[in-house]
Amino acid sequence: MRHILSILVENEAGALSRISGLFSARGYNIESLTVAPTEDATMSRMTIVTVGSDDVIEQITKQLNKLVEVVKVIDLSDGNHIERELMLVKVRAAGKDRDEMKRLAEIFRGSILDVTDKSYTIELTGTGSKLDAFLQAIEPGVILETVRTGASGIGRGERILRI
Amino acid sequence: MQLTGAEIVIRCLQEEGVDYVFGYPGGAVLNIYDELFKQDKVKHVLVRHEQGAVHAADGYSRSSQKVGVALVTSGPGVTNAVTGIATAYMDSIPLVMLTGQVPTHAIGQDAFQECDTVGITRPCVKHNFLVKDVNDLALTIKKAFYLATTGRPGPVLVDIPKDVTQAKAEFSYPKTVSLRSYNPVTRGHTGQIKKAVQLLLEAKRPMVYAGGGVVLNNAAPQLTRLVRLLGFPCTNTLMGLGGFPGTDPQFTGMLGMHGTYESNMAMQHCDVLLAVGARFDDRVIGDPANYLRTDRKIIHIDIDPSSISKRVKVDVPIVGYVGDVLDEMLKLIESSGQRPDAAALKSWWSEIKEWQRKDCLNYDRKSALIKPQFVIEKLYEITGGDAFVTSDVGQHQMWAAQYYKFDKPRRWINSGGLGTMGFGLPAAMGVQLVNPGATVACVTGEASIQMCIQELSTCKQYHLPIKIVNLNNRYMGMVRQWQQFFYGNRYAESYMDALPDFVKLAEAYGHTGVKVEKPGDVEGALKDAFKQKERLVFLDFITDQTENVFPMVPGGKGLTEMILAEEL
Repeated sequence: MRHILSILVENEAGALSRISGLFSARGYNIESLTVAPTEDATMSRMTIVTVGSDDVIEQITKQLNKLVEVVKVIDLSDGNHIERELMLVKVRAAGKDRDEMKRLAEIFRGSILDVTDKSYTIELTGTGSKLDAFLQAIEPGVILETVRTGASGIGRGERILRI
Repeated sequence: MQLTGAEIVIRCLQEEGVDYVFGYPGGAVLNIYDELFKQDKVKHVLVRHEQGAVHAADGYSRSSQKVGVALVTSGPGVTNAVTGIATAYMDSIPLVMLTGQVPTHAIGQDAFQECDTVGITRPCVKHNFLVKDVNDLALTIKKAFYLATTGRPGPVLVDIPKDVTQAKAEFSYPKTVSLRSYNPVTRGHTGQIKKAVQLLLEAKRPMVYAGGGVVLNNAAPQLTRLVRLLGFPCTNTLMGLGGFPGTDPQFTGMLGMHGTYESNMAMQHCDVLLAVGARFDDRVIGDPANYLRTDRKIIHIDIDPSSISKRVKVDVPIVGYVGDVLDEMLKLIESSGQRPDAAALKSWWSEIKEWQRKDCLNYDRKSALIKPQFVIEKLYEITGGDAFVTSDVGQHQMWAAQYYKFDKPRRWINSGGLGTMGFGLPAAMGVQLVNPGATVACVTGEASIQMCIQELSTCKQYHLPIKIVNLNNRYMGMVRQWQQFFYGNRYAESYMDALPDFVKLAEAYGHTGVKVEKPGDVEGALKDAFKQKERLVFLDFITDQTENVFPMVPGGKGLTEMILAEEL
């Protein structure tokens, strides 16, 4: 099962490698990982998307909690949550493709950030599956470059992760 | 008062009450060594290889409850120490490692004797720090001692660049320290403890399985009281030996791959299992799927939540210091006035006694060759069962664990988790230093002892009268045993040709060496050796080459799928 783990961690050199090292040393999957400081600059918030059975996720959570720099860990998938990912995709936009691309970007509520006579750079935000759907909707041949941030997540309503 | 970083390091060690530091000097730690030289509160023990320094600090800690401290230089000093650090990490031993580093401006420049110490040691320490500012030094060292000793203990490393040891800062040693991100659960959940007690009182076929956590948390008295109060059988893991008295009639012997028949059978067939400070590892329960084929309720007390339900799902998890949890259990049982079902317990014990009749540790006592088991039995008798016994890794380690009955915790010092050959001798040095006057024996083999043999020189320098019991079968015995059982007698590279003359070797280092070749000479040689209170004696016992360790659960098999000596 796919799980989204949200982690509050001390904003210290080496914290990221401790966490990624834990995953590789124990053979856990990382589908995506995002990290940046929070409103409190001494702390970073990390979102890790991973796949595993309930037992494996339980172990991952316990092992993460054991790391001295980890302040808190929650599994967002345990309850209602919002998940978003940002993608920048550069596509060929010449000839008949040009109008088609613009229309498709609008359908997916993307915005075009950069334009040349041959290409568009489109910004898209959504769940991972929405971004996948966009990439599937266009011809593979027209994609010049994609870059994705990986998922970030937050609990719905009163579900708050802080110290 | 403004002090240099090097002065601060020494002051911190003094504040922590450190009496011995094990180490080896080098460029990056010269300032620290200069400060060590100028004082005499913290004594330094100069080893012959950094691995030895860490094992010595480790043996010092295991036998005394104190924190072991080692000091090594940057680069190769650190990489040599890694085996020692990993050994301590796997067995949860509280160490503080102080390592030199190239100056901060040279970090990342591939400087002479530079390595990424924090990166290299990250997976084998509880935590590590690189101190870039002398103003952080004292607090970081305080944190290191705090982290090493609280929660599940472990080694903590502080990497100190050379310029930080030269720079000056105001010194004050913090009395306490707290980290917002580090709050181990130390008190067991009362509801869970009640549930556990209820299960124990209702058990018909109970079993107590206690590991190294009992020794580390000094919970042997509580465990012993609980087991005796309930009248339950009790087994210890390799790391837990001495946590429950080895001569107690309720003790069924060690369990696991080379555990007794009765312990392994009782583990498998019990209806309620109380696991205390143990982690169901592969050498203990073998194949977990096989273990779960029979139904039982499991109570698991451990300080580390990640040890619970890692390999075997448990019914009543209790996270906390095992000693405190056992105290609470004792109180509850005593005040309840309830006791387990005596009739059921009696019939369970008669089942266990039936298993004990297999006499699984019996061996050929009439052999014309020296049987290694016989040497350990004699060692036990002659030391009155009261020695500190360190060991290396292999057959000799298993025989020492099986035939030396440890009545007290912290007497059996071995590398259980990592299985580090070369551990025994340097560990014995730490044990002897912190227990001056005590009897210390290092049970080893001719292969293991050669991995840190250079420490014989350290033993001479510090007058450490360790007795080395070398069970010399000219083979890497455990490797040979596996090759005999599972690789069609193809003894690939497990025979050691051209062994040194250990008697001459011991003498070359200034010690006494004795070679023993006949069973009739074993007792006399041991007696003579242990009479020599001031000298290190190296006893080289030429043992039966073909002897194997029994019982044996082959790797990946179920706990009850044992090979017994009689079956071969």
